[in-house]
Amino acid sequence: MKIRKFLYSQRVAPYVFVLPFILSFCFFWIYPLCSTIVMSFQDILPTRTEWVGLKNYKKLLIDTTFHQAVINSFQYMLLTILLLIPFPMAFAVMMDSRLVKAKGVWKAFLYLPALTSVVISGTLFRLMFSEYSTGQLNVITGILGLGTFKWLKVKATGLFALVMVCCWRWTGVNMLYFLSGLKSIDGALYESAEIDGASAIQKFRFITIPLLKPTTIYVLTISIYAGLAMFMESYMLWAGPDSPNNIGLTIVGYLYKRGITKNQLGYGSAVGLVLLAIALVINVVQLILSGTFKKEEK
Amino acid sequence: MKKKLLATILSVALTASLLAGCGSSASTSGADNAAGTDVATEEETGEDAAAATEEGEVAEGEAAPDAVTTVGDPNGTHMEMWSFVELHNTFYASMLEKWNAENPDRTIEITFTTYPYADMHTKLLTSLNAGTGAPDFCDVEVGQFPNVVAGVDTWLYPLDEALTPYAGDLVQSRLDVYAGADGKHYGAPTHVGATVMYYNAELLESYGIDYTTIKTWDDYTAAGEKLKEASNGEVCLTSVDTAGVDWLWLAMSEYGEDWTGGFEGPANVQLESVKNMLTMQQGWLDSDIAMVSPDGHVDLEAGFQNILDGNIASFPKALWYMSRFLNYMPEEAGKWALAPCPIFEEGQPRSVGIGGTGTVVTNQSSDPQLAADFIAYAKCSEEGAKGIWETLGFDVCNSAMWTDESITHAPNNEYVKFFRTNPYDILNEVKDEIGKISVVAISPTINEQMCNVTLNDVLENKMDVDEALQAAQDVISLEE
Repeated sequence: MKIRKFLYSQRVAPYVFVLPFILSFCFFWIYPLCSTIVMSFQDILPTRTEWVGLKNYKKLLIDTTFHQAVINSFQYMLLTILLLIPFPMAFAVMMDSRLVKAKGVWKAFLYLPALTSVVISGTLFRLMFSEYSTGQLNVITGILGLGTFKWLKVKATGLFALVMVCCWRWTGVNMLYFLSGLKSIDGALYESAEIDGASAIQKFRFITIPLLKPTTIYVLTISIYAGLAMFMESYMLWAGPDSPNNIGLTIVGYLYKRGITKNQLGYGSAVGLVLLAIALVINVVQLILSGTFKKEEK
Repeated sequence: MKKKLLATILSVALTASLLAGCGSSASTSGADNAAGTDVATEEETGEDAAAATEEGEVAEGEAAPDAVTTVGDPNGTHMEMWSFVELHNTFYASMLEKWNAENPDRTIEITFTTYPYADMHTKLLTSLNAGTGAPDFCDVEVGQFPNVVAGVDTWLYPLDEALTPYAGDLVQSRLDVYAGADGKHYGAPTHVGATVMYYNAELLESYGIDYTTIKTWDDYTAAGEKLKEASNGEVCLTSVDTAGVDWLWLAMSEYGEDWTGGFEGPANVQLESVKNMLTMQQGWLDSDIAMVSPDGHVDLEAGFQNILDGNIASFPKALWYMSRFLNYMPEEAGKWALAPCPIFEEGQPRSVGIGGTGTVVTNQSSDPQLAADFIAYAKCSEEGAKGIWETLGFDVCNSAMWTDESITHAPNNEYVKFFRTNPYDILNEVKDEIGKISVVAISPTINEQMCNVTLNDVLENKMDVDEALQAAQDVISLEE
């Protein structure tokens, strides 16, 4: 009888339903987070662990390689945001328009890269960007009369390669987000705008963009985090966390290098926490500026 | 009643779907990333191994990342062995059969597992740290060795006693590569990795250059000038590396220097040898005698292509690079010759040992003494050395075999057939000149700084050598 009462209790039910999530959240997120915080104040040596206070953080302040990694991640994040919001939005609008034929095919084409393994695509991109004269891009620039480039050895072209891999991979995914946003816009709005004599550009500017704002904010938020936390693309493009003059080193790449390759888990933890702090601050500021929190208050 | 039953079933279904929802939402949003990383650790490593391990026949490790086989006497002591190269395991298995036949009272059964390169080293470190789950034996790549040997006695079982029967014939400097801070030896070496000069004799002859007359770096530079003129600048004498330190190791060995400073430290990269080598290389690049190795060094796809295209006529590399010719450049058969490396001044040693795999015995082994005895037999006895040369094509550490012409000059050996000179003739010639650069805790940091920054600055961006080395020293000192 008690069990039945428990099962039918309205007060308990919500907790029962969220329990699986809470448990997995605690086990896989809260616990590692706490132990990362603890570890960032330790030197974890083979066979023993020492408390070192703020040593790891002090070292981060003077570690120029880490600074380089932060700068790289920022530049990458900014570039991906600049490219991965307008273009997917434009593609989504095109996919939603009546003028485009064979939409399914286009959508599939754009989404396909997201399904391929970064390991394989990264390796292929690495070979394409090879500095040797037979590398695919050097063949193309050769035909165009531009000569050959050392793509993955120079900062500008290295960043270009990274952003290209990223756009190639994520354009389709972001397009789908925008597409689902577009589907929720009431068609009647466009009709009435048309009756009022609005042009296509005006409709896009005054109906589509404002009504897509929630989607845009969502895409922006995940893009900021994904940009800062990027690892795989750079790891695959340079076949490891090392790149010439560290042009491809990202924060997570540095974390991997310190924590895993060099077995300095304490220092690696400090790097990870700095990444968390940076991503949190940027996203909170961004969400406040875009008014996301205000809406909830209403 | 029916209603209640229905309600119960519905709520169960709801909970189940919620749970399923949890799982799937996690895998779509947070991510794609998590899934991606998993795949990476499994697949990237094959690539990684090919690039980083500096050993032959890595392709096998790549093809079957998780091969597990059990070999030996089922009634003997059971042991576990991990490697990142399947061919190594195959070789140990063949030695195990011989061991069991010779030692009927101490038979062993071993389960061999081949993991991808990075996976295996991470797994080993984790299990050593945890104090449980480590295998009895494990192959450790020399670049990773400092991490593993950091736990000396608590993690590993010293092999000194087991190596005693063969010690007289073994190349001491190779054993010392796998020594711990306590002076004991923890790894059984696979090869010497003696660095020699690879010359494309056919190409050089066609331009009237005789590589055998090159004794010093000055001779080498002069040959480069001659080659440039004869070929109208189409063929470079060599390519210098921006992502590898072999040239610098060679220079250090010639001057008897060591940038790690050994176990005592401190590390110092501002050495005469390093400065001279880098300055000389800058000069070569300025006068177009040399080119920068495409993609950073010669042990990569682009490097192989560069050799195949006949763009470079020589380069220094350890003897294990022979297997790269057999595996990736079979068209080059009969063209290449091996020779001792040029030197800066008369009387300097002409080689250095580079790369390698040390097999360790962990303290978690069920019978570490037996394990040590077996691995010493398998890798360091004459019998083992013969097997290593024949199956893996390496310059073995047991020097007793070097003079056995029935093995080293065997006419049907594919390595003997491929090159114009016999690798063991060269090895015997430089026998007492093979230097050793220590691999200690600071080594990965030095390597990384050189390959990521310094060499690029000096060779690609034409930075002043002293300035670049000072910058490197500052970073390295910070890590000590």
